Amino acid sequence: MKLPINKLFKGKSSSETKVKYIQIDENSKQNANVDAKEENKEEATTICPKCKQEFKKQEIKDNLNVCVACGHHYVISAEKRIRTLVDKGTFKPLKCKVAFTNPLDYPDYEGKITELQEKTGLDEAVLAGVGKIDGYEAVIAVMSSKFLMGSMGIAVGEKITNAVEYADRKKLPLIIFTASGGARMQEGILSLMQMAKTSAAVEKFNNNGGLYVSVLTHPTTGGVTASFATLGDITLAEPEALIGFAGPRVIEQTIGQKLPEGFQRSEFQQEHGFVDQIVPREKMRETLAHILRLHCKRGK
Amino acid sequence: MVKEIDAKINEIDNQIEELKKAEVLDEAQLYVLKRQRHDLVKMCKNIGPHDKVFLARHKKRPKITEYIDNIFDDFFEQQGDLLGKEDGSIFGGIATYHGVPVTIIGHRKGNDLNENLKCNFGMPGPEGYRKALRLMKQAEKFGRPIVTFIDTPGAYPGLEAETNGQGSAIATNLAKMSALKVPVVAIVTGEGSRGGALAIGVANSVLMLENAVYSILSPEGYATILWKDSSRSDEACEMMKLTAQDLKSFKVIDDIIPEPIGGAHMNPKAVYKTVDRYLKRELEKYAKMNEEELSKHRYKKFRNIDADYLKVL
Repeated sequence: MKLPINKLFKGKSSSETKVKYIQIDENSKQNANVDAKEENKEEATTICPKCKQEFKKQEIKDNLNVCVACGHHYVISAEKRIRTLVDKGTFKPLKCKVAFTNPLDYPDYEGKITELQEKTGLDEAVLAGVGKIDGYEAVIAVMSSKFLMGSMGIAVGEKITNAVEYADRKKLPLIIFTASGGARMQEGILSLMQMAKTSAAVEKFNNNGGLYVSVLTHPTTGGVTASFATLGDITLAEPEALIGFAGPRVIEQTIGQKLPEGFQRSEFQQEHGFVDQIVPREKMRETLAHILRLHCKRGK
Repeated sequence: MVKEIDAKINEIDNQIEELKKAEVLDEAQLYVLKRQRHDLVKMCKNIGPHDKVFLARHKKRPKITEYIDNIFDDFFEQQGDLLGKEDGSIFGGIATYHGVPVTIIGHRKGNDLNENLKCNFGMPGPEGYRKALRLMKQAEKFGRPIVTFIDTPGAYPGLEAETNGQGSAIATNLAKMSALKVPVVAIVTGEGSRGGALAIGVANSVLMLENAVYSILSPEGYATILWKDSSRSDEACEMMKLTAQDLKSFKVIDDIIPEPIGGAHMNPKAVYKTVDRYLKRELEKYAKMNEEELSKHRYKKFRNIDADYLKVL
């Protein structure tokens, strides 16, 4: 089923104030690992990759895709992330749809994109819009690792840049949830250029006094780490997310040894000074609200 | 193809050397060898992308230190990121260019193994990028134009580099470079690979030597991703569109600096002269712009760099 994103988010009226946590839509077909297979919904189970215990998928789904026993964070879809983050009915996607383009004439690329669009209900690897968190309005962009590993090509770069520019024009805070394997190989050098494009937009926003909160989620690597992901005024990370520039396999090949346990994980990045706070998913909404509140009160 | 020709040229060069060592110079033989060499070089006229990758990586290809010696005067080297480390893979300092002080920054590759170990084969860690940024901010303070030389297999994918924030260092450079208030001209002289190249490449003008390459990943890496087979890198070269001609048509670079047939190392002196001519033209163009115009020009350039392929519905 294709998700009618516009309908989902426009909701009823935005006058319903400050709903703490929005009920997760039982009928959502958004497919984190836990919601992958459809048949026998009630009975379907999953084994947590961390604690190896077996749970009903529904149980995990109802817990923001977080393991109820060990707190392992499963992948969460962009749509569900936003739904569980913003005040009910306040999210409106930005109008920025980018036409498919294939500068390298990469084989089977268009078919792959179409297939992913149908599967995820997203038009590209990022979903951006305006919404309220605990009453505070912000531009929110969420990348989806399910869309070609959240890789950044022209469309993703444009949608991110557009979101930054929108926040700049409207003087709104900007929150970006990153999840990406890096620049998109299929679009070659023009993907690489998106790193400069997005970073320049963030810098302009920054120089105009805008607040940018970057939330690093699993995985954030390559050209996204080396551009807007690490340019936040405040950098948060979900627990145990892989965050790095070079991928672990490449590093292991280069140095010829196994990497230590926990290398490039959120906790490692925090220890080395690149993350302000690690925030579990259940605390994300209130943490973001806290940050937005602190930036609202500055003297006018 | 060029690889094989290059090997043959090398062989002839060695024979010529030997010949010259002899007590009595065999002029006839020398003539024959020179003639053969000339014909071989001429065969390098129409070459494919994988030949260009070979030339871009050629160990005799002119390097940043040689460009500085031959194009600039009065060079003063600057080292260190002032944060705890000197990274030899980024070379930089101040020099005069036609009488005007400029800041020069670039990747450094060595001429032999020993030199290469010192500069990590031109693969910077975050400290190198932070040093580059320090020099750029200083150039901005003193109103000096910035010239960068890009020649790297990429940022170093190592344990320490990751620990010290490789991604964040590159990102910061991209952001800060975009807003610099002085002219920035980047020249891709050899391999421009990945974010590690772009990290000193956010320039008002990006020039590229005729046989240089600039890409999202090495062809070997691309072949690995595409076919799980790094030996198919020649095919990847064709597909990636990484030559100066490709990038010019993408409008990712502004101009192509011609090279002698057979590559820059065939006649470095000629290359320095041509690079000088192109660089002078670019810097003269920007000398007329004020601070705001310069940063706006650069911002716009990268904001619209994909304009030919971007259609917002």
